[in-house]
Amino acid sequence: MSDVNYKKISMDGLWNNNPATVQILGLCPLLAVTGSVVNAMGLGLATLVVLMGSNACVSLIRNYVTDAVRLPAFVMIIAAMVTVIEMLMQAYTFELYEILGIFIPLIVTNCAVLGRADAFASKNAILPSMVDGFMMGLGFLVILLILGGMRELVGQGTLFTNMQLLFGPMAANWELTVIDNYGGFLLAVLPPGAFLGLGLIIAGKNVIDKHLKEVQKRKASDEPKVSRRVRTTGKVS
Amino acid sequence: MSLITSTSPHATVKNNTGAFMRQVIYATLPGLAVLTWQFGWGSVINVLWAVIVALVSEALFLKARGRNIAFYLKDYSAVVTAVLLGLALPPTAPWWLTLIGVSFAIIVAKQLYGGLGMNPFNPAMVGYVLLLISFPVAMTQWLAPGEPLSFVQSWQLFTGQLPVDGLSGATPLDTFRTVQSSATDTANALANQGILHGQFAGLGWEWVNLAFLLGGLYLISRKIITWHIPVGFLAGLGLPALLAWLIDPVRFADPLFQLFSGGAMLGAFFIATDPVSAATSRTGRLIYALLIGVLIWVIRSFGGYPDAVAFSVLLLNLSAPFIDYYTQPRTYGHKSSNRGVS
Repeated sequence: MSDVNYKKISMDGLWNNNPATVQILGLCPLLAVTGSVVNAMGLGLATLVVLMGSNACVSLIRNYVTDAVRLPAFVMIIAAMVTVIEMLMQAYTFELYEILGIFIPLIVTNCAVLGRADAFASKNAILPSMVDGFMMGLGFLVILLILGGMRELVGQGTLFTNMQLLFGPMAANWELTVIDNYGGFLLAVLPPGAFLGLGLIIAGKNVIDKHLKEVQKRKASDEPKVSRRVRTTGKVS
Repeated sequence: MSLITSTSPHATVKNNTGAFMRQVIYATLPGLAVLTWQFGWGSVINVLWAVIVALVSEALFLKARGRNIAFYLKDYSAVVTAVLLGLALPPTAPWWLTLIGVSFAIIVAKQLYGGLGMNPFNPAMVGYVLLLISFPVAMTQWLAPGEPLSFVQSWQLFTGQLPVDGLSGATPLDTFRTVQSSATDTANALANQGILHGQFAGLGWEWVNLAFLLGGLYLISRKIITWHIPVGFLAGLGLPALLAWLIDPVRFADPLFQLFSGGAMLGAFFIATDPVSAATSRTGRLIYALLIGVLIWVIRSFGGYPDAVAFSVLLLNLSAPFIDYYTQPRTYGHKSSNRGVS
């Protein structure tokens, strides 16, 4: 593993192997706390830090832990990381900590974290592992933010409400009222809205992928045609 | 003497999906007429607007899916969904309520699952439940029966120019729910509440339900639907109601009130009978409909909502494949049927 392809790691985390839209991992927090942007942001950042930290630790001990006990060891590391994050959030963003509640400790059970530890960090050096953790966490965070934004916008007609819970008093006036006098659309805030929203996001990703593939195919099939036309002496069809 | 022989098939009646669906639409007309007589023009406006929305959203999605638009629009299934949802919505519904409900029913509950015949849930009821849990206030504002609004008033409600607050009143089932939770002597309280009791069931609603019953009997006589689902549905709702009422007439509503209030008849003959989302075998249909009826009675009597046709139908739609699996009929020539885990 001397030449690590950081570009590939990044693209995997953000797009090709995105934990939320491709691996469909960590659905429980993804669907439960994305009622607003601030909740999504809080949980997404916590997951990102846990992913980076656990990937780094797992990578450090990868040569000393035997295969038979590796999963319990990984889970212990992840649980320790989550406990640290939980205490940090309790100290600095107490209100958000109260809102997210059980879903912060539940990051331990987020399959994306254990999945990356086992699939990547236990086989790679520390730097690539941290990059992988960061990119996977970022991919997860982005999807959480999109979903949170969609649900907040449709459900309440606002965006970035209560951002001061995460970013301090200066963020108090970030709230955007997109639709005035909005009656509210409860379904978007309720769990079905999360399922519908995630379904739409995955469908959107598939559409983009399909489009990209077609563009690539056209590019690939264009080139030989050009050279053939050069050789034609008669009619160009 | 003619000796012309023709080969099979000898059936000459041209029955297609479109013809069946049109019969269903005709059969809802008495119900629509009575709704208009009792509550004003709101229901007619709802139904027409719902049909427009349904056709447009169906056409858009058929186009997006690359299907033959004219062919699929002609099967009238979108129109039936729209008519049923339009009838189920309160006559005070503003335009956006119907728009959201119908487009969700057609696009998400029907087209995203693959169009007619592929939807596991009754699209009209999916739309109804979406609206009920998203906009509980707008969805529970019915008018006092017997005092129909003029066309202008209904139109102003539809466009949102007229606030609904001053006009709306509680339905018999709503009143029953409030009375049941507060008073100790429900029967007396029901009799005292002038708005509640008509000739034999909820005021106004008894005629609405009677009209849907009439339409349903027409459907059975034309063999559009079989008797299994309506009979199972009404038995499932009526029998527990009768039993409970005999035991404790103070706490429970009488069976006639249950059968002729709210969406009971519309549900029994038009909604639960949707051939796509219902169970298919005869025994299966009886079980399916019986359970819908029981569930409606349970939710009406003990649950948090005054009426429960939509929830019950959706829950049993979910169990229909399971019911079918265990009620597979015996195939001719086999000693026993191939049902259940073998």
